Amino acid sequence: MVEQQIIIAGFGGQGVLSMGQILSYAGLLEGKNVSWLPSYGPEMRGGTANCNVIISEELVGSPIVKEADAAIIMNLPSLEKFEKFVVSGGNLLINSSLISEKTSRGDVKAYEIPANDIANEIGNAKVANMVMLGAYIELTKIVAKQSIIQSVEKVLGSSKGNLIQINEEALKRGAESVKCYK
Amino acid sequence: MKTVFDRTKALTPAAMHYCPGCTHGIVHRLVGEVLEELDILDKSTMVAPVGCSTFIYDYINCDAQQAAHGRAPAVATGIKRVHPDSIVFTYQGDGDLASIGTAEIVHAAMRGERITVIFVNNAIYGMTGGQMAPTTLAGQKASTAPLGRDKLHYGMPIRMSEMLATLDSATFIERVSVHDPAHIRKAKSAIKKAFENQITGVGFSMVEVLSTCPTNWKMTPVEALEWLKDNMIPYYPLGNIGNPKEVE
Amino acid sequence: MAKDLMKGNEAIGAAAIKAGCRYFFGYPITPQSELPEYMSRELPKVGGVFLQAESEVAAINMVYGASGAGARVMTSSSSPGISLKMEGISYIAGAELPCLIVNIVRGGPGLGGIQPAQSDYFQATKGGGHGDYRLIVLAPNSIQEMCDLVMDGFDIADQYRNPVMILGDGTLGQMMEAVEFNEPKKRELPPKDWATTGIKDKNGKKRLISSLFIQPEDLENHNLKLQMKYEEIKKNETKFESLDVDDADIVLTAYGTTSRIVSNAIKALKKIGIKAGMIRPITLWPFPYGAYEKAADSAKAFLTVEMSLGQMVEDVRLGVNGKKPVYFYGRTGGMLPDQTEIVEKVKKILGGEI
Repeated sequence: MVEQQIIIAGFGGQGVLSMGQILSYAGLLEGKNVSWLPSYGPEMRGGTANCNVIISEELVGSPIVKEADAAIIMNLPSLEKFEKFVVSGGNLLINSSLISEKTSRGDVKAYEIPANDIANEIGNAKVANMVMLGAYIELTKIVAKQSIIQSVEKVLGSSKGNLIQINEEALKRGAESVKCYK
Repeated sequence: MKTVFDRTKALTPAAMHYCPGCTHGIVHRLVGEVLEELDILDKSTMVAPVGCSTFIYDYINCDAQQAAHGRAPAVATGIKRVHPDSIVFTYQGDGDLASIGTAEIVHAAMRGERITVIFVNNAIYGMTGGQMAPTTLAGQKASTAPLGRDKLHYGMPIRMSEMLATLDSATFIERVSVHDPAHIRKAKSAIKKAFENQITGVGFSMVEVLSTCPTNWKMTPVEALEWLKDNMIPYYPLGNIGNPKEVE
Repeated sequence: MAKDLMKGNEAIGAAAIKAGCRYFFGYPITPQSELPEYMSRELPKVGGVFLQAESEVAAINMVYGASGAGARVMTSSSSPGISLKMEGISYIAGAELPCLIVNIVRGGPGLGGIQPAQSDYFQATKGGGHGDYRLIVLAPNSIQEMCDLVMDGFDIADQYRNPVMILGDGTLGQMMEAVEFNEPKKRELPPKDWATTGIKDKNGKKRLISSLFIQPEDLENHNLKLQMKYEEIKKNETKFESLDVDDADIVLTAYGTTSRIVSNAIKALKKIGIKAGMIRPITLWPFPYGAYEKAADSAKAFLTVEMSLGQMVEDVRLGVNGKKPVYFYGRTGGMLPDQTEIVEKVKKILGGEI
């Protein structure tokens, strides 16, 4: 059975929740079973945010991810909090633009992706999340890049052509950034 | 034989349960006459309160919903929003409207609900046996204020009409009394205006009717009417407190 | 229709509108506020009315008025807000008014917290408000089932003239899953010939919505009539799902979100050769006692798992009726039951350690 259980975490405002939604929607477009579960708290801005995403060929059991096949980590507090949830041999994607520390886990596949730097190079700091997502789907092939683009269109609206182009570029650069690990 | 006076058909033939000398009967009749005269009896739903007038639905001949204590304005809001072309009114006492239901009446008025509220203020809890109300006058005795309302302990009584008249969407607020025939006639014209406002959709309308409770005031009916005139009216001045105006 | 990805709270709103609900009265509270927000956007588009009330108390009484006037109407809240609605719910049950009430449960008691919980089971199924009344309580475990139960829930309410509660939790309210809107099963719905419209019926008879019966004989008769209705509901509407119960050594039982954690635990138990099954009540009232009575003949033990410190377990014990031991595992305060801990608990039970 193909199934990916993912934790995505970072600061509020880094696009953590929308990254999870886009990934879930892409899974849905491919006819897979998906669930997206956000953390929720009393703060509106500036806190930490995380979400659990499950993409599966079977019905999703518990939507709560305790044993993650992958974690996408956008900031340092999230690394400290969530690296322990990744299963042995799982993927740990670290935004190295904001995290200079290494993971304390020796039994996972760690990838350091300078997501903010890449996003700035492309010309839009906001697409750092899409860089990470590009890297993630390159590693797992859980959904096709085209499905991610389709769901970005759904989220942003197809009129925002320019933004979609930038997102596409971000996905591509993210994918390239992890090819050197192979 | 020529009929010179007939009971309004808005009242049912049921015998009212009110104590001798109680003014609820007068107010019921005024409401009934207005419903008949404005020809809205067959498009009206009344919301009955908890208190002496709970059983008003037995006496007035239109659809009715019985509400929880104080919640009549919320229930009326629900009905009016479903049937905006019907006439919806609440009939509430001072315990219901001025104590337990203050939030509901304030916010119905704030929203400018197109309802009519008949607020019967007799400065006491009647049905439960003469306990102090928020409208009980300073010094007035009640079964829970045996020495009279102590203003240092309970503060001064609440003037609901003046309070609600501060709200822009409470378009018509008038205080009337039913202690003598002249005032009864004035009360009727205020009640009529309050229903006319609903027909034209102006906004929230309330008529506060100063009333007596001879039983719990421990007076004869005539003494009670005198007491109302001499004690309640000076504290609760009669007249129009908020004028009808279109909500912009 | 293609499936859409929707957040639980919004999916409830969409399903309600699909089911013909046109009136919503509510008050904001975490973690269900997306539902009133959704209704405030969407109801005006279909000619409906959304009204934010001054309190939960007012909101439930607006529901009373609107339902009494014949409308399909709903409200929603979360635990502390549902406590405030209890007065109105008792009146609604007493006056036999149909409506849908959604509780997206959070941890209590008191102000408690805002994370998911199942600690309102007693309140939902055993009263909450005063008097001898019953709420029909539906407990979905996915966004899809939540939509299905919302749509059917309005019909159930109308069929029996009884309030229906959807008992969810913060997880179900906040999570997103794929949904499609399916027509519920066809029910014969009685005409609302009792609703107050202001217009008298053909015989010139006025209508009255009331829960007041001042004569004891009348009130007793009213209660007896309600009981007959409740018996009918028990007979017709009890709903549960059972998974591999027949050959199970241990039967686990849970509702809502917790049942999904339990289903993962059952998979893990099977991998280590333990025969485990699950009974998942979908109606919490009426409760599927019969399912437990039957399972008690074959299973060796039962384990109830809840996001509370033990509420539904009392009903499970009534169903099992002393035939087999019933164990409990729960987390509370917004903490979720853990799959590994469930597996360990089962091992201990079957190993005779507890």
